[in-house]
Amino acid sequence: MASTPRTQLGYPFDGGSILRRAKRLRRESAERTGLVPLRIAILGGWTTQETATLLELFLLDQGFRPEIHQSEYNKFFEDAVLDSGALEAFRPQIVYLHVGVANLQHTPPVSANKAEFEAALAAELARFEEIWSSLHSKLGCTIIQNNFELPLDPLGNHGASAYGGRRHFVSRLNVELAERARLDKRLLVHDVCTLAARIGADRWFDPHRWFAYKIWLTPDADAALAYSLATQMSAIVGRARKCLVLDLDNTLWGGVIGDEGVEKIRLGRETPEAEAFTAFQEFCLSLQKRGILLAVCSKNDEAIARQGFAHPDSVLALEHFSAFRANWEPKSETIESIAEELNIGLESLVFVDDNPAEREIVRAQLPMVAVPEVGSDVSRFPEILVAAGYFETTGLSAEDLSRSSMYAAEAARSHSQAKYSSYGEYLRDLDMKAEIASFSATYLDRITQLINKTNQFNLTTRRYTHAEVAACITDERTITLYGRLTDKFGDNGLISVVIGRIRNSSVDIELWLMSCRVLKRDMERAMLDALVERALAAGAEQLHGVYLRSEKNALVADHYRQLGFDCVERTEDGGRSAWVLNLSDHYEKKNRYIAVNEIPAS
Amino acid sequence: MNILERVQPIFQDVLDDPSLRVERASSAESVEGWDSLAHINLIASIEKEFGIQFALGELSELKNVGEMIDLMERKLIRK
Repeated sequence: MASTPRTQLGYPFDGGSILRRAKRLRRESAERTGLVPLRIAILGGWTTQETATLLELFLLDQGFRPEIHQSEYNKFFEDAVLDSGALEAFRPQIVYLHVGVANLQHTPPVSANKAEFEAALAAELARFEEIWSSLHSKLGCTIIQNNFELPLDPLGNHGASAYGGRRHFVSRLNVELAERARLDKRLLVHDVCTLAARIGADRWFDPHRWFAYKIWLTPDADAALAYSLATQMSAIVGRARKCLVLDLDNTLWGGVIGDEGVEKIRLGRETPEAEAFTAFQEFCLSLQKRGILLAVCSKNDEAIARQGFAHPDSVLALEHFSAFRANWEPKSETIESIAEELNIGLESLVFVDDNPAEREIVRAQLPMVAVPEVGSDVSRFPEILVAAGYFETTGLSAEDLSRSSMYAAEAARSHSQAKYSSYGEYLRDLDMKAEIASFSATYLDRITQLINKTNQFNLTTRRYTHAEVAACITDERTITLYGRLTDKFGDNGLISVVIGRIRNSSVDIELWLMSCRVLKRDMERAMLDALVERALAAGAEQLHGVYLRSEKNALVADHYRQLGFDCVERTEDGGRSAWVLNLSDHYEKKNRYIAVNEIPAS
Repeated sequence: MNILERVQPIFQDVLDDPSLRVERASSAESVEGWDSLAHINLIASIEKEFGIQFALGELSELKNVGEMIDLMERKLIRK
């Protein structure tokens, strides 16, 4: 359904809801074509079926067709070392050791001294080393080994340091595990310790499920673990994402640069808001420094957009971006052209935008682009991007697996289908409703504010004082219109203003402006429809419009032509043009996608 | 809505059968696909949907959907 705000299997997800619908999700995902086969063996210390189900779903969603082999219940050691025939016959590309604290056999007694502690540690490690070495010699594939979540400790805080402390023991075990993974290119740590801490101990482990089914995790925790694992596996076979595509206004800085100017955008250390945008820029720069490409995709005038990076507090500079697109095209089209320019597949891209309508069209038209539901609070963006695991890396065994090369970009591209067959269908699905009416006292402040700050979609850039706006209301020879627009994502507020003066048989449009937030939504057409209706009611036969060029309003140079006006006068440099629309012919309403609630002139 | 009606969509989702209808007499033996894994999933989904928790051992004694619903009713009253 088009109104789903996020894909069910993309980040963030609802683990319980995925499990409840697992059968259907699996059936639907498995129908997709162009999926890349991946053979995975799960050697578990408990019931692993639920993890396997979730892992399969997430991998399907990420473009794989996984085949999963599971060890007999709690037979991870036996299947790896003693009786590995079935495993060898399966020939996994990745073996996942799904074990945890419950599977440890050598934890020291509470009374332990240093020697006993070290002996227990050595014994525990020896057991796992035996597993790894057996798997290496028999299978030669990549091994993913869970590290361990910090357990409940009867010694309380003391357990973090005592030789008899379970938490101390597990902490050391994790350190030793990391040491071995660093030395062994085919051994990767799955960082369960951090994952469990992020989820929180209370939501991680459910003793009921453990005692009743020998399932280690809660449904939510199992989903988080499977998702994390799927991103790690993607990275192993070289399918992690490579490029972060960023919006500008209210994503990389606070405010709308086209309207407010570079000097007014929020960046730096002066306010909490500015700090949050700066922190996000720093985060993006850290990604760029480790090899993630950055690109800009913004609805802006390009020259103005570039100025943002000249802001003295901008952490990011133009040189950090591999592609820079500021234009007024639908973002789904712009992003396709970015992928072409960088010569990478769309499935390598992550798109971040504070505007839910932009996220929606990209998600719908380009389903292989990752579009996290980041919300509009930039202070949360880094956390969401890290937890979503788009840029996971191993740096390890990509070479080992390159023979069964996993790049299937072309296949994925040709088989995925855009959700909307046209831009019009997208607009229809936005479920837009407008209220268009004459100025009223309630809106005087907002109208005055909009008139005095809108620079881009503004035909004449005339400014009015509060008193002048108020005077328009009472003047019988003046037509005033404001427009409010809501869509399925919420209320965009009062976003358009028109003022026309009735002169003899024509109406001169003195002011016409709109917030760029609702550009290309048909709102300008709806405003024209309302204006024509009132002009006709006043006995007018023509609308006269004028475009006065400013530094920032190139966007609307062709506004009147696009609405069917004829150009009757134009200065040589195009700085001023005059336009006429004849109303004597039958006027057909131009708005196609917005349900308008017109409140008649009083 | 009574509990029997409220559990229908859960059974339909977990067993992936939109036309499925369970009755009080339905049980794991009589409903296709209700295996041990589906059972775990059903219980987790019911606990989440109704905001209740089954105690250890409570479920193993139930013979059919009707008995489960009676147990849920007692839990919901106590909430």
